[in-house]
Amino acid sequence: MTTSIALERTPRVQYLLRIADTCLIHAQRLAEWCGHGPVLEEDIALTNMALDLMGQTRALLTHAGRLDGNAFDEDQLAFLRDERDFFNLTLVEQPMRRSSAHAPGGDFADTVLRNFLLASWLQLLWQQLADSSDAEVAGIAAKALKEARYHQQHAGDWVQRLGDGTEESAARLRAALGRAWPYTQEMFEHDGVDEAAAASGLGPARQALREAWQQAVAEVFAAAGLALPAATPFVSTGTLGRHSEHMGFMLAEMQVLQRTHPGGRW
Amino acid sequence: MYTQAMDLAPKEERAALRSAEDALLEERFEARIDEGAFIEAKDWMPEHYRKTLVRQISQHAHSEIVGMLPEGNWVTRAPTLKRKTILLAKIQDEGGHGLYLYAAAETLGTSRDQMFDALHTGKAKYSSIFNYPTLSWADMGTIGWLVDGAAIMNQVPLTRCSYAPYARAMVRICREESFHQRQGFDSLLVMMKDGTAAQRAMVQDAVDRWWWPSLMMFGPPDADSPNSAQSARWGIKRLSNDTLRQKFVDACVEQAQVLGVTLPDPDLKWNEARGHHDFGAIDWAEFYRVVGGHGPCNKERLAARVKAWDEGAWVRDAALAHSRKQATKEQAA
Amino acid sequence: MSTEREWPLWEVFVRPKAGLDHKHCGSLHATDAAMAVQLAREVYTRRQEGTSVWVVKSSDITASDPGDKAMYFDPMEDKVYRHPTFYELPDSVNHM
Repeated sequence: MTTSIALERTPRVQYLLRIADTCLIHAQRLAEWCGHGPVLEEDIALTNMALDLMGQTRALLTHAGRLDGNAFDEDQLAFLRDERDFFNLTLVEQPMRRSSAHAPGGDFADTVLRNFLLASWLQLLWQQLADSSDAEVAGIAAKALKEARYHQQHAGDWVQRLGDGTEESAARLRAALGRAWPYTQEMFEHDGVDEAAAASGLGPARQALREAWQQAVAEVFAAAGLALPAATPFVSTGTLGRHSEHMGFMLAEMQVLQRTHPGGRW
Repeated sequence: MYTQAMDLAPKEERAALRSAEDALLEERFEARIDEGAFIEAKDWMPEHYRKTLVRQISQHAHSEIVGMLPEGNWVTRAPTLKRKTILLAKIQDEGGHGLYLYAAAETLGTSRDQMFDALHTGKAKYSSIFNYPTLSWADMGTIGWLVDGAAIMNQVPLTRCSYAPYARAMVRICREESFHQRQGFDSLLVMMKDGTAAQRAMVQDAVDRWWWPSLMMFGPPDADSPNSAQSARWGIKRLSNDTLRQKFVDACVEQAQVLGVTLPDPDLKWNEARGHHDFGAIDWAEFYRVVGGHGPCNKERLAARVKAWDEGAWVRDAALAHSRKQATKEQAA
Repeated sequence: MSTEREWPLWEVFVRPKAGLDHKHCGSLHATDAAMAVQLAREVYTRRQEGTSVWVVKSSDITASDPGDKAMYFDPMEDKVYRHPTFYELPDSVNHM
């Protein structure tokens, strides 16, 4: 068994890992659809999205690894970190296609809605990160921005199709929105990590994205016949390293080979 | 490999000719085949030719789609981000290949929905190899090496198939296929050369399990494939099952040596007189069992495809409903 | 089998780079032109930049194919190929 690596957890590294881990875990969920999509063409499209996210994750993890004093590589970070050192949004851990003994699965409505909400957020984030004081981050962001724009467009189209499709699709989309919405609050929380990033010019504080995000989301929701749910006090804490119960299972699955084969070469 | 279903069907008798005109058309058709010309979608063709192609192309397409499942099983457990990316891209390619092939089959008067229906109700088959379970990460590399290796041997001759839409799809597929076998072999090579003892054992175990099923992929012996001769005449099937199987064995022996794995066949040895490797008897009972629906994963594979289709119905219906509503709005405007 | 629930078929043409012609590369299923173009990029170009994609509903293409005389009396004569959905039948017979 390979024991976990220990991160230094500087604000700079944590800020970047919040984005990298979000992309990684979302890609991991999207990969569940491979071979199981409702339409062959869409199967291919979802996998393209997952591949884009993998590219973004790998670039950011590699960079964050260098910034952390221990010079970890992308694989050490992905496969040997303990759950509490992952900083993804809790939203992306939620079940997508597969159900388990512990939780019912989601459906395609959950997927397109989450893709849309997330891509809208990432698009705004990458847009601002393209001006980062960190040149490497700015470079990653410039490429990722094009991809996020495309994902947002593609997912937004699907939200509209389902919202204004059949009665069944509209009902499923409303149910998916009910499940996802509470987790979006975390996208705009504010703490010392955000503070430090904004101050140093590394990237925007999350709260700076809220208004533009709500506007983009409201526009597509209107076309889809969806109402913006009311705010609740619920706040998820994945970005602080405290996850939902789904994360443990995801990491167990994702990390199993590296944990089982210390010193293995792949 | 994609002709397994036809290889096993009883010999097809040609329908009695209906008229002198049909006889003439058929004669002209055979002449075009003999001169190596391509047949396009709108050309006159014997009904038997059309039906054979629909069956073969759709079986090929189904194989690609079902083939996404055994590999999809390991995507979330890939051991490095690079391997995860490569595997995702490979599986996606397979989906794409299925799509190109369904498109080619649709030019012959069937529809994708009809072909899915045939698959889901058990009327259409897919390659037997995908009814085996993927039990370790080394299965991914082994599938790349052996299964994709076998597929490439089948696919290259098909780029010269007489039915042009199929041939063109195969050209596209072959172009994309090149990295599939290479990445599988590379993955095994890394584990064998630089990996731990446990990794080497994992690789050998995977080879032990996938070798014989890979040989079975080429279908029953020529003597037991009654429809092959007609397919060969029509340029649908250019090399016989046994010829391809022998070619495969010869190539793999060398590759196994590079890897440092043992192929699980004590009768495998070079025959100087033949200029080929002799190999042991294939357990055809296993082959017929698997093709007949009783292999390790037949039921799961089909159930997964049926589930994906059935559970996706509301999505497809919603998209159609939406586009029809939009069209109505545009007309009214 | 009813074709009512099938997504329409679209032919895809791709220009790989400026200066070259669009080339037919196959078909795909989509519900409308916007989706068809998006999916064509996903499937046939894997989103490579700089490629131009045209999509046409297969049933909208008029073809003239040299062929045997028997074809000229065939109602599918000016279609690209025989596809079950190329002709919309009245609802009452659409179950074939």
